[in-house]
Amino acid sequence: MKRRPKNFIERTVGSLADALEYAALAETHAGNGGLLQSLDPRVKLIGLLGLILTAVSVGRVVVSVFILAVAVALALFSRIPLRLLATRVWIGVLLFTGIIAFPAIFMTPGEPLARVPVLHWTASWQGAHAAFRLVTRAETAATLAILLVLTTPWTHVLKAMRVFRVPVVMVVILGMTHRYIFLLLHTAGDFFEARRCRLVGELDARARRKMIAASAGVLFGRSLQLSEDVFAAMQSRGFRGEVYTMDDFLMKPRDWGALAAFVALALAAFRAGTQ
Amino acid sequence: MHIPDGYLSPSTCAVLYAGAMPFWLVALKKVQRLLKTRFVPLISLVSAFCFVVMMFNVPLPGGTTGHAVGMGIAAIVLGPWASILAISVALLIQAVFFGDGGITCYGANCFNMAIVGSLVAWAVYRLVSGRTPLQSPRRVVAAALAGYLAINASALCAAVEFGIQPGLFHDPGGAPLYAPYPLSVAIPAMLIGHLSFAGLAELVISAGLVAWLQSANVSLLKLTAPGVEVEDELLQAPGWSALRWFWVGLAALMIATPLGLLAAGSAWGEWDADDFKKPETRQEIAAASHNMAPPENPPAGLERLGSIWSAPFPDYAPAFLKNKNFGYVLSAMFGTGLIIFICLLAGWISRLGESQSARQTR
Repeated sequence: MKRRPKNFIERTVGSLADALEYAALAETHAGNGGLLQSLDPRVKLIGLLGLILTAVSVGRVVVSVFILAVAVALALFSRIPLRLLATRVWIGVLLFTGIIAFPAIFMTPGEPLARVPVLHWTASWQGAHAAFRLVTRAETAATLAILLVLTTPWTHVLKAMRVFRVPVVMVVILGMTHRYIFLLLHTAGDFFEARRCRLVGELDARARRKMIAASAGVLFGRSLQLSEDVFAAMQSRGFRGEVYTMDDFLMKPRDWGALAAFVALALAAFRAGTQ
Repeated sequence: MHIPDGYLSPSTCAVLYAGAMPFWLVALKKVQRLLKTRFVPLISLVSAFCFVVMMFNVPLPGGTTGHAVGMGIAAIVLGPWASILAISVALLIQAVFFGDGGITCYGANCFNMAIVGSLVAWAVYRLVSGRTPLQSPRRVVAAALAGYLAINASALCAAVEFGIQPGLFHDPGGAPLYAPYPLSVAIPAMLIGHLSFAGLAELVISAGLVAWLQSANVSLLKLTAPGVEVEDELLQAPGWSALRWFWVGLAALMIATPLGLLAAGSAWGEWDADDFKKPETRQEIAAASHNMAPPENPPAGLERLGSIWSAPFPDYAPAFLKNKNFGYVLSAMFGTGLIIFICLLAGWISRLGESQSARQTR
């Protein structure tokens, strides 16, 4: 039986549900006992950011591949299934970056590598090298970035940001935004689900655009209303504009050891990759 | 549009972080001063809204769908500074939590979408909408243009950032280290996609939201339209639909002005001093006054005062026009136009006074 293509409502419901599912997944894995989960969030933030910076700075592909291998090992020791990394990161980045990088194989001038028979395009070594380097670097950085979220509760990531002197007010806004994203995702999902249940046949193009604009408008109105309600709730609990966070992280000897390992690894990789 | 890690060199990323920093600081100060304690929940909720709107599949012409960034909406409703903050927060959560857009490229993404996008959207919206009423269709057009141009300006910035990479950063063999295409490829490649699909998605969502707010919650459009009063809309500028029959009637009367040429003689009592001297006009005066003969000489007061002011178009017949009938119609049109102009001028002066006093009371 031929499958009916998804309409825009089903696609939107799918996108919203996917974001919710990802958040639930991240929360589940952050609670697992593993190598990265057991480390201080500040160490993870500094260490993984250091490795990301190194990965995007180095020119040698071998070093990028080495950092990717380190990221995979960290994932395995942290009980993050490789299947999850493959579906959430590697395939997506490969498709997106691959499409962008592929023409560079033929467009970059250099020593000929191969010739496409019918089209008479010539692939160059330099082009292939540049394309492979771009894909590897993007895969490595994305893998390291997802490891941070999959092994650390979001509230801890935000608190750890204070290490980089991010203003407290921004940390609170980020926390509140994250919390209300899920409420609004549910609300928007309900709009579209309710409409899908009542829809018989197909909407014409004008009606589809009107519906999406009306949904955005209602959601915006609700967001503003909610912000007023939240503000009233904050005021009733004594909020007068000052923001505080509970800073209860405590560095243990193994955290210091992990931090030293991350820094040493990043410096060594940087040195090897830029020579 | 969300640039992932690895496409831009660390130095480009650092420059764009530095470029974005002053805008973030100014936005933070301005919005905090304006909203005071409401700042935290409002920016949080609007950021969450921007994030969710980015996930909407916007139906586009041709049956396809696209995603909007929401920069048009945020800038139109909240103004550029709050929009910069709200979109920056949404982009940070996208980058760190959802892995959409790189962490090292976060400054670049904010510069392109949150800063350039918001400022362009706001400037275009204000420029095109001007001081039109909040329910004016021109505001929908302004929002459409704002969204469309803002996302294309952002795409152009991203394209330039991509395009300068191969020239500046390449290995000794000449192979590019980061984004591999020069400006001549990067700019058309980015703009083709954004001038078509992504631009249309932003256009549809921005224009659609403004049109929806105009009918459902017009007060939300007030933040970026200072001086335009919602309650006085109909009184100040009723627009074509409300005054349609007035304008139709006025046009019909102007078309009918040649009928005045059919009336013989002059209206009773509208005589001038010369009319009392000419025999034919004396007969007309007598006929119109129940056959009572007018005085031999014009009244002394009429003769004295009648010469004080001479009209530019005496007897509805401008001196420079040979044809009396055409002069009559032209006089009617000129007179009507002059009255409309004086009324509009008086209304404008009155509104100006009101807005100034409102500003003082604030």
